[in-house]
Amino acid sequence: MIKLTTPISDEEIRALKAGDTVLLSGVIVTGRDTAHKFLIEHFIKNSVSAEEKPFHDELKRLFDGGVIYHCGPVVKKNDDGSWTFVAAGPTTSIREEVYQADVIRYFNLKGVIGKGGMKERTLQACVQQPAVYFHAIGGAASLIARSVKEVLAVHKLEFGVPEAMWVIRVEDFPVVVTMDSHGTSIHDTVEAQSKEKLAKLLA
Amino acid sequence: MNRLNEVDLTDHFVELFRRASTILPDDMRQALARAKDKEEPGSAAEGALDTILRNIEIARDNSTPICQDTGTPIFEIYYPLGVSTRKLADSIRRAAAIATDRSYLRPNAVDSLTGENSGNNTGIDFPTMHFHEWDEDKVHVDLLLKGGGCENVSTQYKLPNARLKAGRDLEGVRRVVLDAVFQAQGKGCAPGVLGVAIGGDRGQSYIKSKQQLLRPLDDSNPNPELAALEERIHQEANELGIGPMGFGGKTTVLSTKINTLHRLPASYFVSIAYMCWANRRAHMDVQLHNDAVEVSYD
Repeated sequence: MIKLTTPISDEEIRALKAGDTVLLSGVIVTGRDTAHKFLIEHFIKNSVSAEEKPFHDELKRLFDGGVIYHCGPVVKKNDDGSWTFVAAGPTTSIREEVYQADVIRYFNLKGVIGKGGMKERTLQACVQQPAVYFHAIGGAASLIARSVKEVLAVHKLEFGVPEAMWVIRVEDFPVVVTMDSHGTSIHDTVEAQSKEKLAKLLA
Repeated sequence: MNRLNEVDLTDHFVELFRRASTILPDDMRQALARAKDKEEPGSAAEGALDTILRNIEIARDNSTPICQDTGTPIFEIYYPLGVSTRKLADSIRRAAAIATDRSYLRPNAVDSLTGENSGNNTGIDFPTMHFHEWDEDKVHVDLLLKGGGCENVSTQYKLPNARLKAGRDLEGVRRVVLDAVFQAQGKGCAPGVLGVAIGGDRGQSYIKSKQQLLRPLDDSNPNPELAALEERIHQEANELGIGPMGFGGKTTVLSTKINTLHRLPASYFVSIAYMCWANRRAHMDVQLHNDAVEVSYD
């Protein structure tokens, strides 16, 4: 079992191979559909407005060597105004395929956590950056929520609870590397093998 | 007027939401445990199923959601003559808001035009409810929480389908269902359950396919042809080797359930409701006994 803590170095990323199981610790940030669209439109494709500059700079800092998590959690607001993650499994990553490579490059992300895997553009960005795709176990929401030790901040809560960007500190978050920085994707392998098998079943 | 109308069922619906979101039915849990034993020790597939089984326990013990995507709540409600379906619908909507407040449900209802989340799991046709009047003197409720990841890989085929060489017969059905499992890969949170409907118009066909997900895993289809097809698709889907989470492995599908509807001569639809391993279904019965309300779950 490999243990990694954010920020993660290029050397640590290059050492990872598809199939490795990793326990991830440190600060990570959630972001899914609305967040990715926002990052592209407001930070990457267009110049950053004065109003958004503080958030932009904060994200630059958090994402440098950092990890984005495709997750729309169930959260509870405590009496003292703080938040607790109640359930926090991954959401399907493929919806972010059109955005992910640009987000990885712009922010120098070292990892993307999600489920279901991603495609060619993201895999290329993983090879170049370098970065990896960490697969969390879909649906294991109560178990993963236990590895969320602290909610440090929430940005863009106006997107709604699932779509907001939650800054969290995790400890020993269990993930599997399914796309590494050497161009190997377990998703591509399994898809190719199952395609062959399907052809036989339909022959 | 049925006297059941005088009973406020809101709190009972909240409890039904809690059970559906936090307690996986025992047949699902056992099927997942059997699937884990079949995978290679130390494989990613075995690890995924181990995590899933531990998660099921944590969720049950703490009354927290099994999955953060608590899905579209889909209700099938059976009621006796004279019970107000409008009152039942109102209590379900109230219960959805309370269950959200208690973190049994994630706020999951988004306005399709503005993108605004209603914050309490109510909205236009949300939750989904289907009412059926029946002869029994009790209200029976089935609740299915259908997550978005597996909903996105659910699909519908129009037969004949030239690409898959699928004609308008059960062999054609087999071909398109296997294709749907291949297309889904691990994105529907395999190992899943397949609900299949043959026939109908497009809308009713989809509804019927989802209703199959409410069936216990070990029931047997009364139609021997369909029973044989269910078994064959189940085995062949697993031969695809997609495995838990799409990591590669022996179990891709835990069960396949098929039913039919009458169709137009011109149309032959096959609808496939892909359900993730978190096949969250819960049931409730409400009846009056000597004027006292009796509520049982399962």
